[in-house]
Amino acid sequence: MIAEKTNTAQVIIDKISSTSSKVNFIDNDKLSKALLYLENKGIPTNKHEEYKYCNVDGIFKKEFKNIEQKLNSVTDINKYKLNNALTIVVVNGNYSEKLSDKLILKGLHLNAFSNLDNDGKNLIGTLANVESDAFVALNTAFCGDGFHLKIADNEQLQMPIHILYVSSASAESLVNPRNIIELGKNSEATIIEEQINIGDSKVFTNFLSEKFIGENAKLNSYTFQNEGNNGYSVNTNNITLGRYAKYDNTTITLSGTLVRNNHQVVLAAQNCEAHLNGFFSTKSNQLVDNHTLMDHQMPNCESNELYKGIVNDKSTGVFNGKIFVRRDAQKTNAYQSSKNILLSDDATINTKPQLEIYADDVKCSHGTSTGKIDEAAVFYLNARGIGRESAKKLLLNAFAQEVINKIEVEELKEKILNLFENEL
Amino acid sequence: MISIKNLHASIGEKEILRGINLEIKAGEIHAVMGPNGSGKSTLASVLAGRTDYEVTQGEVIFNGKNLLDLSPEDRAREGLFLAFQYPVEIPGVSNINFLKTAVNEIRAYKGQEDMPAKDFLALVKEKQKLVELDGKLANRSVNEGFSGGEKKRNEIFQMAMLNPKLAILDETDSGLDIDALRIVASGVNALKSKDNAYIVITHYQRLLDYIVPDFVHILYNGKIVKSGGKELALELEAKGYDEIKEKFESLES
Repeated sequence: MIAEKTNTAQVIIDKISSTSSKVNFIDNDKLSKALLYLENKGIPTNKHEEYKYCNVDGIFKKEFKNIEQKLNSVTDINKYKLNNALTIVVVNGNYSEKLSDKLILKGLHLNAFSNLDNDGKNLIGTLANVESDAFVALNTAFCGDGFHLKIADNEQLQMPIHILYVSSASAESLVNPRNIIELGKNSEATIIEEQINIGDSKVFTNFLSEKFIGENAKLNSYTFQNEGNNGYSVNTNNITLGRYAKYDNTTITLSGTLVRNNHQVVLAAQNCEAHLNGFFSTKSNQLVDNHTLMDHQMPNCESNELYKGIVNDKSTGVFNGKIFVRRDAQKTNAYQSSKNILLSDDATINTKPQLEIYADDVKCSHGTSTGKIDEAAVFYLNARGIGRESAKKLLLNAFAQEVINKIEVEELKEKILNLFENEL
Repeated sequence: MISIKNLHASIGEKEILRGINLEIKAGEIHAVMGPNGSGKSTLASVLAGRTDYEVTQGEVIFNGKNLLDLSPEDRAREGLFLAFQYPVEIPGVSNINFLKTAVNEIRAYKGQEDMPAKDFLALVKEKQKLVELDGKLANRSVNEGFSGGEKKRNEIFQMAMLNPKLAILDETDSGLDIDALRIVASGVNALKSKDNAYIVITHYQRLLDYIVPDFVHILYNGKIVKSGGKELALELEAKGYDEIKEKFESLES
């Protein structure tokens, strides 16, 4: 489908260009390609196949008419820290050395983009192609001074790393956080990425992460999105896996007016494994859209996806799960499941599995279900003296916990469970 | 205990209960028998408060309260218990968490504090023995992956935990082998007292060998057409329902 282009991108380009200096850690060739792509393609509307249920252009036009880039500085993030993790803080897209913990763990190397040597700079944009998506282009053109984090070969981090993306503005603003995370061979790490908005104004976060998981390395990754009504975000994750590597991600979205997650995993070597889990709970007019891509390029790999959502009021949940099984990817095992509960007659779920299989010896399956709360179960609980509200809470909690319980960082799990239960 | 007068109930356009009268006192066990489609399970569902049915006439007084005015949860809190014919599987909700919530919501209704965790666990242990339910089942999700027999034993276990005044056993014997039947029946008998009462709904005499009723009622076409002592069940077992069907069909036409 040819997507109609609007002038939204041009408006953004003009506004942001006038307030920010040129990105000096991405080469000129990439920068001009990014701008060109953005100018040519524009911000996607719902005419764009990949954004059919997520009209970002429309949201920009309506909610970000006056981008003023009035970004606040942030001085204290202590109450958002986890007790038992190393914290890396990014404020409005820029890595903050001051607010971040000293990275005292052996084998851990962190550099702001602006401090990278040429090899490091050249890594930026190797997984996220500027000509693949408007938001990759937008991020590239106006990228914040993010960071490159490397876990050395053979290092197993004993403590989770908690990356806190804080946005704060006093007028409509757009931020472009970005990072590169590299796990050396045989290394292992747990990384929590959390997004919060602590200002009193709307912020559009256009996040981009490129993650390289080396041979036999293992990344336990958690994404926690809780930006509240002022939060609007498109989050792109590009992951590539080496031989015998393992990537597990659980993404929990508890708030945000718009949350679009593009999660693309390339199983680029034999015997690697990826698991994506997601849970979202939406209210009022929120829109949460999880777009995943599992790209099986090599034989003997496994992928598994479980996405669950509870949608209330007039909110919308989207799951689009694409699985590519390329011609060489024999003996692929790929599973996908999407389950949703509608709590209101005005809530919407759009779910679409897309399997493209070019190899003949594979096991692939997908399943999806959307329904209301199970009234037979509610009655059963009522018949034991449990009131309707408590019964609903028990059932929704049980539904959510299938995903939330996959979080192995106890402190984070408890925090999310408490926040979720209080919202019920 | 409970007094049911001229109870009529319909589902959609179809009238299923067509004037039930039944009086049950504390300490009594009443068996309700009848062929398929006679309205036995509807009676159980209407008493428990299932909203699929509409009560069109009649009243039910349960311990001085108008039962039909109460929500299903308040009926349970007042001491009514339905052992389901088809217990519902609830993935993700553990049996223990479920029962703890039930026990404490019933206590809150009576103005009592939550049961201390230690007492609750002691009670679970004690009542599990009654129905020979494996301790592991208590930690599993409610009824999920339970065999037919385990589900029915779980119903009786829940009954034991909640200690109701009136328990309605809706075809608790269906799908049970003889050993499970014996376990379920001995659980019921152990819980029987002069202060509580039972309505035992069944097709077969078999269960009534173990749970001996004081009264037997035959439900046919939405009405109780015959009542008697426990010998009535034996008579039915020997003769079947045909005689009753013929008699009342000719009467109605």
